[in-house]
Amino acid sequence: MKRVFPILAVLTAALLSYALYEALVVAPTEQTMGDVQRIFYYHVPSAWTAFILFSINFVASVVYLIRRSNKADIVALVTAEVGVVFCTVVLVTGPIWARPVWGIWWTWDLRLTLTLVLWLIYVSYLVLRRFSSSGQTPLLAAVLAIFGALDVPLVYFSIWFFRTQHPQPVIGGGGSIDPRMLHVLMINWLAFSCFAALVCWSRYRLEVLRREVDETLALEALLEPRGSQSRTSQTWRAG
Amino acid sequence: MLPVGDPSSTLCPAVIVTDLVKQFGRFAALRGVTAEFAPGRLYAILGDNGAGKTTLLRALAGLTPPTRGIISMLGTTDLRSVCGQVGYMAHPSLLYDEMSGMENLGYFARLYDVSNKDQRCAEVIGAVKLDPSLTRPVGQYSQGMRQRMSLARALLNDPKILLLDEPFSNVDLRSAREMVSLLTGLRDAGKTIFVVTHQASLLEGAADEFVWMESGQIVSRSSDLAARLETP
Amino acid sequence: MSTVPSLTRATLAKDLRLEWRSKDAINSMLFFSLLVVVIFSFSFDPTAEESRRIVGGLVWVAFLFAAVVALNQTWAREIRNQVLDAYRVSPAPANALFLAKVLGNFIFVTVLQALMTPLFIVFYNLRALGPAYQLPIVAALGTWALVVNGTFFAAMSLRTRSREIMLPLLLFPISIPALLAMVEATGAILTGEFSAKFWIVLLAAYDVVFTIASLFLFGFVLQAE
Repeated sequence: MKRVFPILAVLTAALLSYALYEALVVAPTEQTMGDVQRIFYYHVPSAWTAFILFSINFVASVVYLIRRSNKADIVALVTAEVGVVFCTVVLVTGPIWARPVWGIWWTWDLRLTLTLVLWLIYVSYLVLRRFSSSGQTPLLAAVLAIFGALDVPLVYFSIWFFRTQHPQPVIGGGGSIDPRMLHVLMINWLAFSCFAALVCWSRYRLEVLRREVDETLALEALLEPRGSQSRTSQTWRAG
Repeated sequence: MLPVGDPSSTLCPAVIVTDLVKQFGRFAALRGVTAEFAPGRLYAILGDNGAGKTTLLRALAGLTPPTRGIISMLGTTDLRSVCGQVGYMAHPSLLYDEMSGMENLGYFARLYDVSNKDQRCAEVIGAVKLDPSLTRPVGQYSQGMRQRMSLARALLNDPKILLLDEPFSNVDLRSAREMVSLLTGLRDAGKTIFVVTHQASLLEGAADEFVWMESGQIVSRSSDLAARLETP
Repeated sequence: MSTVPSLTRATLAKDLRLEWRSKDAINSMLFFSLLVVVIFSFSFDPTAEESRRIVGGLVWVAFLFAAVVALNQTWAREIRNQVLDAYRVSPAPANALFLAKVLGNFIFVTVLQALMTPLFIVFYNLRALGPAYQLPIVAALGTWALVVNGTFFAAMSLRTRSREIMLPLLLFPISIPALLAMVEATGAILTGEFSAKFWIVLLAAYDVVFTIASLFLFGFVLQAE
């Protein structure tokens, strides 16, 4: 296992470089939008990666509720953190793309809005984890993650219908995509997925170590006699 | 060692605690408590602040899931299944300040599905020497009256096991003595009673056993209060 | 016979009685709702034409703020004197407690809405151009959506620091689809330009999903220390 990590790291670096090259140089220039469109190769894969991470978070949360497995809780924590980062990328690249092309910073585009709501839900998830007392955190967080997951289809449908009532510009353009662009998109997605896996793995190992330290300290506190003075020498005062 | 088996047998322990550990973060409130408690006895649990007495009681009541260890009550480790036979009282009153004694008890009697609700409520209020017809809200009671009403609430469901945390605190001496005689009466009727208190002398002659806790462990058990006083 | 419905009724009756006896909470919240309506009316002063379009949003945001203040009080009484422990050690099922609290909050928030709505009608000269009978349906479904999740998250917040801010922090993101539905439905009914049917169905689905989820998961939250 120890050798896989550096190998994956090197592979990821290579993939990311290759994907960058493909996105900036090889991919054909879009007809109407020009080179600005290339941000699409970061915007879309980040969204997909975030959604996958949050799906893993949901599964891990359910596993935690059923099995009370420490590992499941760590997986949930890790995927939430990294997922929020990728969500942030989507939310930043969206407006950067939209402004020069459509002249607006924001639009209630389906993908963008869904990402925003997910970002809000998972930031509240991370805040809950930080603000709850350590014994209860995994349980409460798992419950919230399930609520969030149940919310997602409802968010999707509500935005979808909203957009049919109030037509809005679509970031990313609908319609078919040039197969060469699709190819570059997939390469970038693969690179991003590897990168996400790498970061999640590191964070996972970090969290495992941190919890081991906590447990060792707790065990020490358990075994050591409390207080420096001996208590048995105190006489018992009745009444 | 008492035989384990049929919980209705008077020889079978009412409560068995095995290697009970409770940690709050790095603070170990209970550090491996192992003990058996026979039915129909009055146990006084004594110790300094922070010894783990309240944590032990809350663990027995099912309010605090243990970090490690097993609790067996009335023959089962599923505390939730026997919670109808347990009565719990703590330092806060566990009562609604804006309702009268009968109203409070009427509500809690519903929670325990007590039959003949009104009659039973009046009965337990009388048992703690309070007036059932008192319409004053509990929030306006004196501390001693509130403690007694809280004890009445714990007795509503005629529990087999009573867990009382500091029942005599801020209670005047006469009322405290009355509560002790009530408890010995209940003990004689076959109930197992655990009393956490700082006022050990009140239970002298009443308690069957004194259990001392220190730093999250039971350090000694004796039926003689004085025996502990001589320990160097 | 101690079943969930009878226990729910008993708990709800107890809560209503207690609420009635300590009227300070109700009075201050009614006044707060009034203030919210006035402030909103000052800040957003559109023409009658425009107002029909946007007032759905205004009204529901105002209701949301009033609801949060009410929701934060939900468990306050159970925390005083640690009465919640008395419930937890009893054999009474957690769901009965939850349902009673949700129903209590529902009644309470509906009372607040009943006060705020006439004021909004007055300040904005509102008149429904669409099917007005749908408005109470939207109000009921929407209020339930806020209250069922609000009560649940209020219980979760009990185990956290910064309890009061934790509730809206958890509630608002999850409520977004319901809020969108409430606002759009109200706008549709008032302007008569669209049908509110889809939004009503969405709200009903939201209510069903989260009521079931809350009933399922509340036991975990109650037994958490």
